[in-house]
Amino acid sequence: MDKIVYPYIPNSVPEIKEQMLKELGLDDVEDIYAEIPEHLRFKGKMDLPEPLLSEYELERHVEAILARDKDCKEYLSFLGGGTWQHYVPEVCDTINSRDEFLTAYVGAAYADHGKYQAIFEFASMLGELLDFDVVSTPTYDWGMAAGYAMRMAVRMTGRNEILAPKTMAPERYLCAKNLCKPTIEIKLIDYDEETGLLDLEDLKDKISNKTAAIYFENPSYLGFIETQGEEISKIAHDNDAISIVGVDPSSLGVLAPPSHYGADIACGELQPLGIHMNAGGGLAGFIASRDEEEYVAEYPTQLWGITETTREGEYGFGDVSFERTSYASRENAKDFLGTQTALWGITAGVYLALMGPEGMRELGEGIMQRVSYAQKVLGEIPEIKVPLLSTVGFKEFIVNFDDTGRKVSDINRSLLDYGIFGGKDLSKEFPELGNSALYCITEIHRKADIDRLADALKKVLA
Amino acid sequence: MAKLKIRENYHQARWDEPIIYELSTPGERGILVPQPDKEIKDSSEDVLSNLPEHMRRKEKPNLPEISQKHVLAHYLHLSQETLGSNLNNDISQGTCTMKYNPRINETLATLIHHVHPSQDEDTMQGILGIYYKFKHFLKEISGMDKFTLQPGGGSHAVYTAASIMRAYHESRGELDQRDEIITTIFSHPCDAATPATAGFKVITLFSDDETGVPDIEALKEAVSERTAGIFITNPEDTGIYNREIDEIVRIVHEAGGLCFYDQANANGMLGIARAREAGFDMCHFNVHKTFGTPHGCSGPGTGALGVRDHLASFLPIPTVEYDGNKYYLDYDRPESIGKVRGFFGVAPVVLKAYCWVMMLGAEGLREVAEISVLNNNYLQKKVEEIPGVKTWYAEGRRRLEQVRYNWIGLEEETGVGTDDVMRRIGDYGIQHYWTSHHPWVVPEPFTLEPCETYSKTDLDEYAAVLARIADEARKDPEFVKASPHKCASNVVANPEEFNDPDKWAVTWRAYLRKHGKK
Repeated sequence: MDKIVYPYIPNSVPEIKEQMLKELGLDDVEDIYAEIPEHLRFKGKMDLPEPLLSEYELERHVEAILARDKDCKEYLSFLGGGTWQHYVPEVCDTINSRDEFLTAYVGAAYADHGKYQAIFEFASMLGELLDFDVVSTPTYDWGMAAGYAMRMAVRMTGRNEILAPKTMAPERYLCAKNLCKPTIEIKLIDYDEETGLLDLEDLKDKISNKTAAIYFENPSYLGFIETQGEEISKIAHDNDAISIVGVDPSSLGVLAPPSHYGADIACGELQPLGIHMNAGGGLAGFIASRDEEEYVAEYPTQLWGITETTREGEYGFGDVSFERTSYASRENAKDFLGTQTALWGITAGVYLALMGPEGMRELGEGIMQRVSYAQKVLGEIPEIKVPLLSTVGFKEFIVNFDDTGRKVSDINRSLLDYGIFGGKDLSKEFPELGNSALYCITEIHRKADIDRLADALKKVLA
Repeated sequence: MAKLKIRENYHQARWDEPIIYELSTPGERGILVPQPDKEIKDSSEDVLSNLPEHMRRKEKPNLPEISQKHVLAHYLHLSQETLGSNLNNDISQGTCTMKYNPRINETLATLIHHVHPSQDEDTMQGILGIYYKFKHFLKEISGMDKFTLQPGGGSHAVYTAASIMRAYHESRGELDQRDEIITTIFSHPCDAATPATAGFKVITLFSDDETGVPDIEALKEAVSERTAGIFITNPEDTGIYNREIDEIVRIVHEAGGLCFYDQANANGMLGIARAREAGFDMCHFNVHKTFGTPHGCSGPGTGALGVRDHLASFLPIPTVEYDGNKYYLDYDRPESIGKVRGFFGVAPVVLKAYCWVMMLGAEGLREVAEISVLNNNYLQKKVEEIPGVKTWYAEGRRRLEQVRYNWIGLEEETGVGTDDVMRRIGDYGIQHYWTSHHPWVVPEPFTLEPCETYSKTDLDEYAAVLARIADEARKDPEFVKASPHKCASNVVANPEEFNDPDKWAVTWRAYLRKHGKK
């Protein structure tokens, strides 16, 4: 076969390559690579598959591999626990797949004006949902955002302990724990196994003048709503500590934002706002707070602000307080930043603009109604306990299978035969809750879907 | 041969686009939410009444109310005011490796839109297999023994490396003693910032004025029994390959430290030289740079982190494994640092990168590297022909995939400096160029990286535009200084507002409040 000309490499045309080498007075590209000492050169051959040169071959190949997978469109899914199946409006995908946004990077505000405005608007709309004036550019995910928020609190208070409930999402806890090492300790607070709520007595026992912040989640990982928000924030403030609340913003059409029950910093996950689950690749986090200088000074992320340009009446954008960031100040910065999840932030903005206030309210209320129905229907199945926790929840709730004598993993495997992904198995993460699963219901679930789950469970447990 | 054209009549879209709140009309809807079935509504009591009063949202959130067409049009306008790399001759963003991001890969990535990462492994054998195979590709490319694809970006991978270094020394009971990380000034800022976040003190080596690379004697002075490791790029952002890299690794190893290779600048090295041969313990790749996946306005990306066997046990959980029959997620790794991101990474980016490598194979990857250094050397020759441009350091040595140039000559002659040229270039339909990470070190810098994506005509156009602007600077410096003239917006009038707590506004509500607009 002749020399391959690669569609992605225009100068792989041999004549062009020759011409360029000639202009440089070189015989071969190897003359440039002479810069690398011989003993550091790779002499072997990379063991890679034969290339699929045509786009058609690639498509066939990848489609065949991914045909092995099932997904939550083909199967009826009740999985949540950190990424959730919501309806993604078509306009969200239309916008985030446009090459202009998809392939831009660190262009300046005058050439990438639209990117800056879109992110600014995302922050503005999320700020309204949270009732906070400052919202970060998007972070990696909720877990990293929580860790960053804890580090902000540590710097602000000069203390080095964080208190968090034992119900904190285990994966987020592991992220935050690593981010807090080696100088910050996260101490876990007990919870009430009947209600799921934070044990305020244990909190009072453990809080001290070493406590930089109390972190809790709403809705919690286990689905229930932490209704003691005001008390927890007060305990934090009485001890000169900061109240940090991790929040799923899809709940904020109906739930009070954390700022209304004393949170000083909010953080959370953007994926529910118009972003596909993408096998976990849809995650994107945020941090938000009041617009106070001492808070803004501690953000590790970029913050994009609005002002006017040199043209009358034209908005312009730029980096607020840039010297904080590691792009400006290297090791002296507030933690570190880098390429995070801007495109998902833009997408979340599109979502909030489409949904509007009424949409967010209907979303929240509709989810809670479906959850209420699901708990009722599943509750009629003998031998399963639902909901396990007595506190009202948002879109997730625990189903306990202790009395069935079957393991969750076993039940979930049986549900696969009915084309159903059962709830996430909690038995390893929360052994004290017994043989339990975390079920997730959103606006995508219809009555028939919930009834189908109940029927399948009855058959599986029969 | 394609025609060389300077886009003199270019003008970027300028929609004078209102802020989205200014498009709002009470009552309009962008999308309707699926309502619960009637029986659900009927059977569930007022669910909100189950909430304690103080947990209920009292007032509706102040979100805009806009019909769907107008939301779409708004964001289409904003997209047109954004200069993605697939649209323009994006040689400009040196250190960023702005490649063509193939459309087919975007389409294929939609196939995993609806996969939940907690699905039964039997229902994810496809995507888990792609993870496993892509990790194998990276092992071949780098010579490392094991990879994680969990980090969501380059800095995130470097941070993960810092965490692993910490765990390694902790496991040997030496963390209290080994609390210093060495890096170099021309390594990315994250090579300093992430070890600092992980609790290390950071020592920065500056480059020798002649050679452009850190002096080996300075390194010898910097290492000690306190050294935890080094974080270093090669080639650094100057494009100069450090020929003593294995000696640097040897010195750090001898002192008991570990060596992390920041391979953000790997594009000219694929199949040419690897981290393993230079002796490194770890390396990372910016998948969204080197492996052709889109940058997304700054993510989501993927930072692939590779380690040698002695560090494998510290990688974040879960790792994607294969038992000869089935791909699976391994959480049972007691020495692991834990997690740096939820689930197992940014799967669509991994999938796109897999596709990109599959279309090239070993020979194609090498072609990528060769053309990227050829393009760079060709462009360098053209750019250096422009009066007022110089390449700092190591005269006579060839650069690999990028070059740090400077406009010191032009600035001295005309008063037009690199920031001015940077803005003016936007008027020719080209993204503004990257000057340098901070601190600049070299005055009036600019950094160009003409990777394999760009044609000879692109390179010629780019050099011709720079030459044109240098010429403009001599004839009408004020015009260049007042640029851009044809971009999506003017420059901001009072940039100092961004550092003024009374003026800065990160949200619309803050802007209205602080600027007396409401």
